[in-house]
Amino acid sequence: MGAIQPRVGEPVSDELALVQAARAGDVGAFEELVRRYDRNIFRIAQHITQNREDAEDVVQDAFFKAYSNLNQFQGQSKFYTWLVRIAVNEALMKLRRRRPERTVSLDEDVKTEDDTVPREVADWSPNPEQQYTQAELREILDRTIHGLPASFRTVFVLRDVEGLSTEETAEALDLSIPAVKSRLLRARLQLRSRLSKYFQRHEKANERQKPGSGDHQS
Amino acid sequence: MKCSEFLQELTDYLDGVIDANTKAELEEHLSWCHNCYVVCDTTKKTIEIYRDSHLYELPEDLRGRLRSAIVSKCQARKKAGPEGA
Ligand SMILES: [Zn+2]
Repeated sequence: MGAIQPRVGEPVSDELALVQAARAGDVGAFEELVRRYDRNIFRIAQHITQNREDAEDVVQDAFFKAYSNLNQFQGQSKFYTWLVRIAVNEALMKLRRRRPERTVSLDEDVKTEDDTVPREVADWSPNPEQQYTQAELREILDRTIHGLPASFRTVFVLRDVEGLSTEETAEALDLSIPAVKSRLLRARLQLRSRLSKYFQRHEKANERQKPGSGDHQS
Repeated sequence: MKCSEFLQELTDYLDGVIDANTKAELEEHLSWCHNCYVVCDTTKKTIEIYRDSHLYELPEDLRGRLRSAIVSKCQARKKAGPEGA
């Protein structure tokens, strides 16, 4: 069993030139940067806020904030990491506004039962995701990640979905590297354990939970 | 190596950022510990499924709307000139 294959990143060689042009007032150059990263920023925002409208706002606000503060960008980190940092903060503000009863912080080191080794785990069927339609699968994945604390979701989406390095994630979230690693491990293990009920290889097919059966088919 | 030690190294193992010695120890553990093998294998699948899921894709029409909204805000700001300068 080998390591997971990282997603290949886009070339960033001309990126500094675009940033410099945008800083000098070339809105077209900035639009190119928007084109390059809007999908990523939307995905990150949706993962954190779990709300479509909020995610749309975050995309607009984060890019506009980046444009307005381009002279603050030092060029020591990648533009994308800097942009993600802005977007994560915007998204967390949205989340706090919507759920004022809960403290939403990336600093909370949520204690879970995952510090111990999962026991009696059943293997998954080969290509378990193929047991479901695309729409069913998306609903399972959406529902599963919904239950994770915001700090875990955020680390997971940056590291494993968007493919940022541990160092970049730490920088974007203002966390230490050990904090990123511990949240990532717990996020991965929690998702694994929650997905198991859909993907486990056991012959109780009738009891298998299927989403969207009945009332709200998307 | 104990199962708890294996778990401590799982993230680095899956990310492929461990030294050869530790990697050999982990794989020795995996060769006889079915429990850790399954945890490792299904965690890897979890990551791959999420990464390849196309969850929260930005639809093209919305994408266009957001981009023009951003661009017009930026243009308005450019006309207004830099703040406080
Ligand atoms: Zn073990």
